[in-house]
Amino acid sequence: MPDVAISVQDLSKRYRIGLEEERHDTLLGAMSSWVKSPLSNFKSLRKLSSFKSEVESDDIIWAVKNMSFSVDQGEVLGVIGKNGAGKSTLLKILSRITEPTSGKVEVNGRLASLLEVGTGFHPELTGKENIFLNGTILGMTKKEIEKKYDEIVDFSEINKFINTPVKRYSSGMAMRLAFAVAAYLEPEILLIDEVLAVGDTAFQQKSIGKMGDIASAGRTVLFVTHNMSALASLCSRTILLDKGQIIDDGKTDVIIQKYFSLDENNGPTGKGEIFFETDVSNGGPFILHAMRTLDERGSIRDAYSSFEPITVEIEFSLKEEIKNLVVGFELKAELKLLIFRSFHNDKEEVFKFRNNSDHRYKLQAEIPGSLLNGGNYYLEPCATVFKKYWIFKDIPGLEINISFDVPNTDHTYVNGRPGLLSPILNWQQGN
Amino acid sequence: MNKTIIEAQEGWQLIDWKELLNHKDLFYFLVLRDVKVLYKQTVMGFTWAIIRPVFSMIVFTVVFGGLAKMSSDGVPYPIFSYTALLPWTYFATAMTKSTQSLIGNARVLSKIYFPRLIIPMTPVLAGLVDFTLACSVLGVMMGWYKIMPNSNIIFLPLLVILMILTASGVGMWLSALAIQYRDVGFAAQFFSQLLMYAAPVVWPATLIPEQYRLVYGLFPMAGVIEGFRSALINTNPMPWDFIFMGTISSVLMAITGAFYFRRMERVFADVA
Ligand SMILES: Nc1ncnc2c1ncn2[C@@H]1O[C@H](COP(=O)(O)OP(=O)(O)OP(=O)(O)O)[C@@H](O)[C@H]1O
Ligand SMILES: [Mg+2]
Repeated sequence: MPDVAISVQDLSKRYRIGLEEERHDTLLGAMSSWVKSPLSNFKSLRKLSSFKSEVESDDIIWAVKNMSFSVDQGEVLGVIGKNGAGKSTLLKILSRITEPTSGKVEVNGRLASLLEVGTGFHPELTGKENIFLNGTILGMTKKEIEKKYDEIVDFSEINKFINTPVKRYSSGMAMRLAFAVAAYLEPEILLIDEVLAVGDTAFQQKSIGKMGDIASAGRTVLFVTHNMSALASLCSRTILLDKGQIIDDGKTDVIIQKYFSLDENNGPTGKGEIFFETDVSNGGPFILHAMRTLDERGSIRDAYSSFEPITVEIEFSLKEEIKNLVVGFELKAELKLLIFRSFHNDKEEVFKFRNNSDHRYKLQAEIPGSLLNGGNYYLEPCATVFKKYWIFKDIPGLEINISFDVPNTDHTYVNGRPGLLSPILNWQQGN
Repeated sequence: MNKTIIEAQEGWQLIDWKELLNHKDLFYFLVLRDVKVLYKQTVMGFTWAIIRPVFSMIVFTVVFGGLAKMSSDGVPYPIFSYTALLPWTYFATAMTKSTQSLIGNARVLSKIYFPRLIIPMTPVLAGLVDFTLACSVLGVMMGWYKIMPNSNIIFLPLLVILMILTASGVGMWLSALAIQYRDVGFAAQFFSQLLMYAAPVVWPATLIPEQYRLVYGLFPMAGVIEGFRSALINTNPMPWDFIFMGTISSVLMAITGAFYFRRMERVFADVA
């Protein structure tokens, strides 16, 4: 029998969410309720912590309901689900922050939890002081922190600012420091909630790498995330939560598929063409109308052979001129793994966008043939003000399907070759 | 390998001393944080620890000593009131800060587990730094007025412990109440000001009629304040009646406070 690190039996947690307060339209009504309000306020505040025989009521919510599962020692378990599914609540129960309403959990080993990075950071204290404060809050001893202090500072890459109050840090720097402390926690069981989304991309990469190290060091990890590519690379098994219940438990890639199918408009849509009705630029002058893929003859399609070039077209208009506007798209593989990003000014052929709200711009770019592998790819439009800020990015885009073929051979491939891309290269014999 | 069982708990819990001991480093750094942060970015820095009681003393001396001709047990009014202000300022500050402590740390409470008792106890300990600094001024004043402490000074540590215990008991009660009922926080603020006039700070406890002394002594700070005066500036003999009654009520308050706190702590993260 493999040793069990965490076993959860029939776990439930009930919360009171607090319903809307009464409203009054007349002065008399408001005044009489003001006189009565201390009593009713007292009742509603007291109710926050007592549930006297109430089982169902409008303001009671079961954040976790009848969950049972177990995690083996050394296993890295992913936990996914939509917002409000109960992921954080589950971790809070396991880390003893909050008590379950019923059910039982057995934890074997020293457990630490990371529900956010930088818990307890104080802006007035220096980086060094915060390392010790945050480290002890996370459960390390002073001695342990002293031993790892140099490594923590190196990992955070903010050596120069270590004696500066944290309030003088940029938010990214504070995050780095916070994550660095967390990265050197060495519990037997680690619970992580959505903490990898900090810092710039390079630092995120580094953090995911560190997580991988932790996982491969034989530690038991419970990993809550919305980042499917991190999930896929770290966890082999995943549980899917919905409305406080486990609705599936199994291999990560299968569960991710199921997760996307939970909510249809979450995934990409369209048959080679997608129209955008929502205002992607949040009231800004950029109006995105459509995105489509065209074959060599100019017809809109969503399925291609791998040797066909694919033309990507983005259609938009501008309510007013945007200086240094750059439009592009991202190509992503399964699990939304970014393969590349391309911008319209990559070859310095800068198009001038006139200030004309009626004009529909259509930008086209060609993805060469014999580059992509077989399978599904996602195309997501994006736009930015050059080197300043994103106008929009990471919005649902187009899904296209590629069937892998190598021209001039008789081989047939069902799912393409392994790998994200499968370019056909020119092979020659050297001397 | 250590094994933890997590279940809904029923009823009253004792203080888990072993767990507290495991978190002594955290306790240390939290106290250090409170001490370091308090006077950050002020011009006067730790001088503030002295300014507050000294200015109160000046005002009281003018109003109560000068205008109202309040009796001061035969010692000069400034040193009479300052000796009382030492434990009182500590107690009032520790009480208000402790009451607000869980609310102020709500974010941490809802993100990580550690023994919750550490939170209200932190201001109780951090306040001792200000207390010690303010004590040094008393030393200077005693030199100025040529007043020598007497042999009762050996009981001073006992009085300090009683003072800390009282602040802890009140802190546990009020912080656990305040996180659910924020009213308690507001009330603690201004009650601590009113309470000062109930304590023998600006007036001597000799004004209390003999037959009420035992009842009045239930207010633990009465024994502490009069004890300080007796030991340091030779006002009256040690008020053992006050101290005895005060110890009883203080211990009771601390024990019930600990139980109440431990009972409520399981919902802190939910209601915070
Ligand atoms: N302290 C609380 N009091 C009342 N309700 C709460 C409390 N904490 C969480 N809830 C409710 O419990 C449900 C589950 O919340 P939870 O934070 O576990 O979701 P989640 O799966 O972590 O979501 P997300 O992906 O947004 O982080 C939500 O409906 C939330 O409103
Ligand atoms: Mg969450």
